[in-house]
Amino acid sequence: MSGLAIENISMRFDLPDGNSVQALKDVSLHLKEGELMSVLGPSGCGKTTLLNIVAGFLAPTEGQIVMNGHTVQGPDAERGMVFQQGALFEWMSVRQNVGFGPRMKGMPKHDMAETVDHLLNVVGLQDFKDKAVYELSGGMQQRVALARCLANDPDVILMDEPLGALDALTREKMQSLVLKLWKETGKTIILITHSVEEALLLGERLLVMAPRPGRIHKEYRLPFADMGVGQDLREVKKHPDYAPTREEILAMIWDMEEEIMGRTEVAGA
Amino acid sequence: MIPLLIYIAIFVASYYVVTKVVHHAARNDYTSLKTVTFGDESAVRPNRVASVVSILSLFLLWGMFTGSALLPRVLHMPGPYQGLATFEYTAETPDGQRDTATVNVLVHPVDQDVEPPEVEPGEGWAKNDSATIGVWRSGLIRVDRNDEVGRAEGAKVIMVNGEPIQPGGEVQTEFGRVGMSPKGTLNFEPAKGWQMEPIWLPPPEAVARRVVEIAREGFRGSTLWEHLGFSLFRVVVGFVLGALVGIPLGYAMGLSDWFRGWFDPIVEFMRPVPPLALIPLVIIWAGIGEIGKIVLLFLAALWIMAIAARSGVSGVSISKVHAAYSLGASKRQIMRHVIVPNSLPEIFTGARVAMGVCWGTVVAAELVAAEKGAGMMIMVASKFQNTDIVIMGIILIGIIGFGIDMLMRWAERILVPWKGKG
Repeated sequence: MSGLAIENISMRFDLPDGNSVQALKDVSLHLKEGELMSVLGPSGCGKTTLLNIVAGFLAPTEGQIVMNGHTVQGPDAERGMVFQQGALFEWMSVRQNVGFGPRMKGMPKHDMAETVDHLLNVVGLQDFKDKAVYELSGGMQQRVALARCLANDPDVILMDEPLGALDALTREKMQSLVLKLWKETGKTIILITHSVEEALLLGERLLVMAPRPGRIHKEYRLPFADMGVGQDLREVKKHPDYAPTREEILAMIWDMEEEIMGRTEVAGA
Repeated sequence: MIPLLIYIAIFVASYYVVTKVVHHAARNDYTSLKTVTFGDESAVRPNRVASVVSILSLFLLWGMFTGSALLPRVLHMPGPYQGLATFEYTAETPDGQRDTATVNVLVHPVDQDVEPPEVEPGEGWAKNDSATIGVWRSGLIRVDRNDEVGRAEGAKVIMVNGEPIQPGGEVQTEFGRVGMSPKGTLNFEPAKGWQMEPIWLPPPEAVARRVVEIAREGFRGSTLWEHLGFSLFRVVVGFVLGALVGIPLGYAMGLSDWFRGWFDPIVEFMRPVPPLALIPLVIIWAGIGEIGKIVLLFLAALWIMAIAARSGVSGVSISKVHAAYSLGASKRQIMRHVIVPNSLPEIFTGARVAMGVCWGTVVAAELVAAEKGAGMMIMVASKFQNTDIVIMGIILIGIIGFGIDMLMRWAERILVPWKGKG
């Protein structure tokens, strides 16, 4: 079976004070190769936990992740990861950062330089390859992170709020870049975000998760990601289905947030 | 007290002169446009004029109060009286006869041998006297020794310069203080002025001369460079050994539960123990030779380096490690390409602290016991009251300590340019 299967994942762990937390309960889904899925949900719904389990950084208490027919046991180069911020190696130049994966694999220097140059062209950083990463702006740093992930040619790319720390304008540009990379490379992508707009624009499939315990609340299949490839994303937002879907999802998340707040008040009383 | 007041006066006066009277050099950088500087630490930049004035005024005070030849005489504080001092005394016999005679005292520099000035005995039964006293010293003057009616015959000195004096009392003259011992002997203490005696504080040029002299001729059988070189050698060897053991230890503590649990109590206990407190034990165990010093410095550097390496490891952000794993790096590669470079800034900070502590510790250890070294030099000099060598040693120790720190900062800038940029 190709693709990525998340099978009945549950996650429960003890806190130091003796209570235990059910972070995820019975989460199952299947991603076909080349699918782009965005994950949305209020804070505490376990979306980052789910991503860490898929990446192999956490072991679920129940269930398993099956990737290309084998069970995930730990982190691996087949599942690349892009973090929100600060995951670049600041002791390396842009070029060294992007070439990190190939270098670890022992790729010949010449091939490596070719891959790195190609990817820096793709993300538009060809003029910055010898800069130190801390000399770049936040948006450029995330471009480096994307290129570094792609240089390793993973099957799945896991993105944990990769654009969360960027300003609105940079963010829009980066959203287009993510769509472009998705179409050009045909990678399977899971993207976690806090922004409903981003989830709509970048999600071929959109997963809304609910908290306490973390579970899948609703799934959408959306046309916007396909429409957005190579097009101005502002045009996509003018699509008649866009605004109603956004309102629906916003209302859903508002309800969940309110439920949490209400519960907290009751617990406090 | 007076030097402090003068120093404060220079501080205040130069502040007004520099900031109010002298116009500011036109600066037009970002900070110069800030209106709020009080409370904005980044807007506080050292005023370099103040630094220069500060250093100069320290030397000025030093010169003023030691009568330095580098300063014009007008700036000198009043010096000790030197030359011929005179006072008169009046003695009284038991039957009430009084007679007055003059005492001439030659106040001479202590390193000169002088003859007492020749005086006429004078008229009357009380005869004129002469004596010599070194500058800053005092001395008993048996004025009745040559009198026709002396103490043995019951005569007593009752007045000095016309002012009455009794045993235990004193009279101030223009040349100094004349006191009377409980037994009735006069003593004379020439005026000392406000300057420091060279034995307490030699003038700057004397210290400079000493530096040249010791650099040329050496001290106690070793050249100056040998003394300083030995101290530096001990620091470097002790520090390198401490780093060689401490850094791997710190890494192990940052990477393994078992190592952390095992060494935590030891490191946490040893860290607050000042290395100086270990000197006696190290001397008992290893003697006063090189081994003992190096063991001591090894111990001084070890804990600092271990803690620096441990916090360097714990300072690695987890997303960097996760990123490296998901890029296919092995544990070994993560160690080499992520953990080590990420911890280097912390290790450099630790190394700077450790070098400073080692330098301080080596000087202290040499003060206790050593055959060569900067600390030994000032310790031995102080036993012989060679204050100029002591001051020279302190200045050289300060310069070297400062140089070590500068060198470490420079190395840090070159080797870990990403410090604080993560």
